[in-house]
This record gives sequence, structure tokens and C-alpha cells, in this order.
Amino acid sequence: MRRFSQYAALAAYVVFLAFPLLWLLSTALKTPQEMALADPTWIPREPTLSNFTDAFGEQDLVGAAARSLGVALAASLITVLISLPAAYAIARYRGLVNKIAIGWVLVSQVFPFILIIIPLFMILRDLDLVNTLPGLVVVHVTFTLPFALWMLQGYVRAVPRELEEAAAVDGASRLRSIASVVAPLLAPGVVATLLFAFISSWNEFMFALVILQNPDVMTLPLTLVRFTGPEGVARLGPLAAASLMATIPSLIFFSIIQRRLKSGLMAGAVKG
Amino acid sequence: MTATATRPAPPRRPHARPRGISRQTREMWLLMLPALVPVLLFSVGPLLYGIALAFTDARNTRNHETSFVGLENLTELLTAEDFWSSFRIGAIWSVSVTVLQFLAALGLALLLNENLRFRGVARVLAVVPWAMPPVVIGLMWKLVYHPDAGILNALLGTHINWLADFSLALPAIIVVGVWTGMPQTTVVLLAGLQGIPRELYEAGEVDGATRWRRFWNITLPQLRPVIVAITSLDFVWNINQFGLVYVLTQGGPGGQTRLPMLFAYEEAFRYRFAGYASMLGLAMAIVVLAVLGLYLWRQLRETR
Repeated sequence: MRRFSQYAALAAYVVFLAFPLLWLLSTALKTPQEMALADPTWIPREPTLSNFTDAFGEQDLVGAAARSLGVALAASLITVLISLPAAYAIARYRGLVNKIAIGWVLVSQVFPFILIIIPLFMILRDLDLVNTLPGLVVVHVTFTLPFALWMLQGYVRAVPRELEEAAAVDGASRLRSIASVVAPLLAPGVVATLLFAFISSWNEFMFALVILQNPDVMTLPLTLVRFTGPEGVARLGPLAAASLMATIPSLIFFSIIQRRLKSGLMAGAVKG
Repeated sequence: MTATATRPAPPRRPHARPRGISRQTREMWLLMLPALVPVLLFSVGPLLYGIALAFTDARNTRNHETSFVGLENLTELLTAEDFWSSFRIGAIWSVSVTVLQFLAALGLALLLNENLRFRGVARVLAVVPWAMPPVVIGLMWKLVYHPDAGILNALLGTHINWLADFSLALPAIIVVGVWTGMPQTTVVLLAGLQGIPRELYEAGEVDGATRWRRFWNITLPQLRPVIVAITSLDFVWNINQFGLVYVLTQGGPGGQTRLPMLFAYEEAFRYRFAGYASMLGLAMAIVVLAVLGLYLWRQLRETR
């Protein structure tokens, strides 16, 4: 009896979590004619992939995706490049800086974005960076940095100090010991951080909304939001298809770190 | 200071250089510099600037002479009906989303911690909302709620415009908020559950404690630090929520879902009252810190 109610509860969760996803998929596979019908159905009568090709035909969407890709690549590379040395410093030298860095990670969570975005907008305007992609890159780097730093210093800490010291004993210079001993061990962590920074930038909406007001420079999230226009049902199919495609980078990211999630946070669930 | 002076000096590491400390410090700052500069310029600086703006009549336009106005923005804010209604909506939203999220996530985490079949499916599904861009989540739920082409009306046989209905819009977005934030909370709670030593449960079973008693007397107290941490974070994230609700309703209908951050955004970037909007942000920050401080203080006191 208890087992039964547990399965019933689990099923309820699965339905709640899955039904909006299935509906998005269903909408993406429907023809415009079927979208216009009065009674929406779960399973498309004539499933079609034309919405996906239509989305690729939309100049706006393709351009926006390309811009998002560029911004996310630039932002993630810069973030990792500048936070790597700092992460090394935080992990290897203890002291005040350490605490301040952690404190800032926390403070940046609590303070509402509006308090930062208004002056930031004014600063970027004075630098003529409003409505430009470099302006958005700067903002994305700044706001991904605290968490990237946090991730990276954890990975640096996991590299035993003894290895470095051993290299030093063998006569390797500091830089050499970092390059040949620390760097290879750090590579998976750097990749994970790069991916995290990439996804944060690719998904980001709020700052982009404020900084990019000209439709010609808008990133994918902004363009998707503007895409529907005045509630036209005919465009919902391509919108659903484009939304699904916009999710692909995050899905790749999560499937890569899934093993980590399973073995780390979700470990031990395999008891019994 | 005095404490360290009385303690015997720790033995020097054999290979420590005589002037090692200052060199180390220099090295450290050099390594920190590339990260420090952008954070100071584009994050710490603007934050301080924003706090200062709250006490001025700054407009978000070029060629505006800004002058110091003291607490004028605050008095204007506290007498504005718009603000109070937005504040009330923000309170309803953040408290109900945080509480519902927590209850739903706790239930799911407990189920996932059991040895059930198909648990894998639920576990993957529980992480999916986490992996989706917030904008896509918003658009997806707009499709669910769509008055003509939405599945919800089709299932219920109704013709409701959920997101445009004065009394239904806020509950409708609360459901989306819960759906969106449940994964993180579930994962964190599940990790907490798995950290509880099994011996405790075995001892409980020996003592003949019922399942319910074991939950109440072992699971909950053991989970408490995790619960406090994740509900605090969820609360802060929820009250600062912007993107999801902007996509869903833009604060409508008639301001029924205008969370404080949407209100501030409109004031700052539609009406260009930068000083006023900054004061709103500052006031919200103070409210959040006060609520959080009170909550954490009470929780800490009870555990002592």
C-alpha cells in the first residue's frame, strides 16, 4: 500500500515536470494549419519538421543565434583566462583576499540587479558600449566571474600542493611546474568552468535586455521573446522549434556534467 | 593580536625565504589583478554608484543636471501606491514560490531517496528545468497557458486567458516559478538526505519508531542546516526574479504580476527615473537583508 502511494506520487511529479516539455515538443511538430484548429491535441496529426527549417529561414533568429554564439564564446574565454590566475592565488595563498572574494560572491547574490544595472548602463553609455556586443561581453564576464572563480579555486585546491613542491625540488621553475604539473590536472575543471560560463552567457536575458535595445544587435533570448509578436498563432510552431534549439547548448553541458552530478551531488541514491 | 603574541612562534618552514611574505603578497596581487579590475570597474563600482544615485534626482538621460535630494526618493516611494502594490505582489510571489518549491522538492527528494523503480526517469526530469534557458521556460509556459492553442484550456475544456486574467495571472506565474526552481532545491535536499548517517535510522528502527516519527525526529533535524541554506537562497533568488516574469506577463495584466524588479526596471528604463529606481533597489536590498537576517538568526538560536 505504501509502495503504491509512493509510485502514485512519483508519477504525479513526472507528469508535472514533463507535461510543459511535451507540449513544447508537440507544438514544435505541428503544421500551421493544425495550430489554427480550435481543439489543440497532444499528438500532432501530421508531425512535421518544417517548423525547424522555417526557424532556420528566419534571418532574425539565425543572426541572433550567431551573435549569441560570439558573445558566449568571447565571454567564456575571457572569464576563464582572467579568473584562472586569481583562482590559483585564492587557492594557494590564504589570507584576507580569500575571505573578501568569497564575501563578494555572496553579496553579488543578495543585491538586486537593478542597483547595479542602472549605473552600469550609464557607465557603458559614456564608454559608447551600449547597443554593442563588446558591451554585453564585458557585463557577462563581470557577472560570471565570481562563480567561475569559485569553481576554479576548488579545482586548484584539489591538485595536491606536494606535486608542485616535488617539481620544484626537481629544479623546475615555478612557471614550469605550473605548466607541466598543475595545468594537465586542472584541464577538466577548466573545461567545466568554460562550459558553465558559456551557458550563463548564452542563456542570459536581463542584462541583454537593458544593454541591447537595437534589434540588429540583439542576442537569441531577446529575439525569441520578440518573435511571437502580437500573439499570432501561426508563428508559435517555429517559435517552439527555435526555443528547443536554443536549449541544445545547455543540454549538452548538462549531459557532460551529468556524471559528475550523479557521482557527486546525487551519489548514494543507488542504495538499496 | 594579543592572543597571537602570547603563543610561541610557529617553527619556520625550512625552505621559507626571509622576505617571503612580502614577495608572496606581491605575487598574489599580481595574479588577482586581471580579475580584480573588471569586478571593481563593472560590479563593485556600479554598486556603490547605484547606492549613491538613490539619494539623487538622477535621470537616465544625457544632459541632465543631477543634484542631491537626500531622502526625497524614499518618501516618494513610501507614499506611492504603485510601490506598495508591487511590494505586496513581490511578497506573495517570493514567499509562496519559496515555500511551495521547498515542499514539492522535499517530497520529490524523499521519493528519489527511496529504492523505487523508474526513479531514473524522475531524476533526469528533475534536472531538466535547470538546464533550460529561463527565456525558453517562459515561452514554453506561455504555450501551455495560451488561450487558443494552449494545452491547459484543452484539458480543462475552458477558454481562459490565464496570463491576462486579473485574479489568475499571479497564481499562474507562481506555478511556473515552482516548476523552474524545484530542480536545484531537490538536488540540494537529496544531497542532504544522503548525508544523514544510516545508523541513526537503524537505531530508530530498533527503538520501534514509526516511519513518521523517524522522519520528524531524525530526517528533519538532520536536514535542518541544508533546509535553512537552500530556502534562504531560494527566497533571495525569487524576490530578485525578473526575466521569467518579464517573458510571461511583462508585469501585466494591470500590474497584477509586477514584481518589484519589474517595477524598478520600468521606472529606470521606460520613465528614466534613475535615482528613484535606485532607491527602490536599495530599499529592496535592505528588506531582503532584514528578512534573511531575522530568519537566519531565529534558526541559529533554535539550533543552539
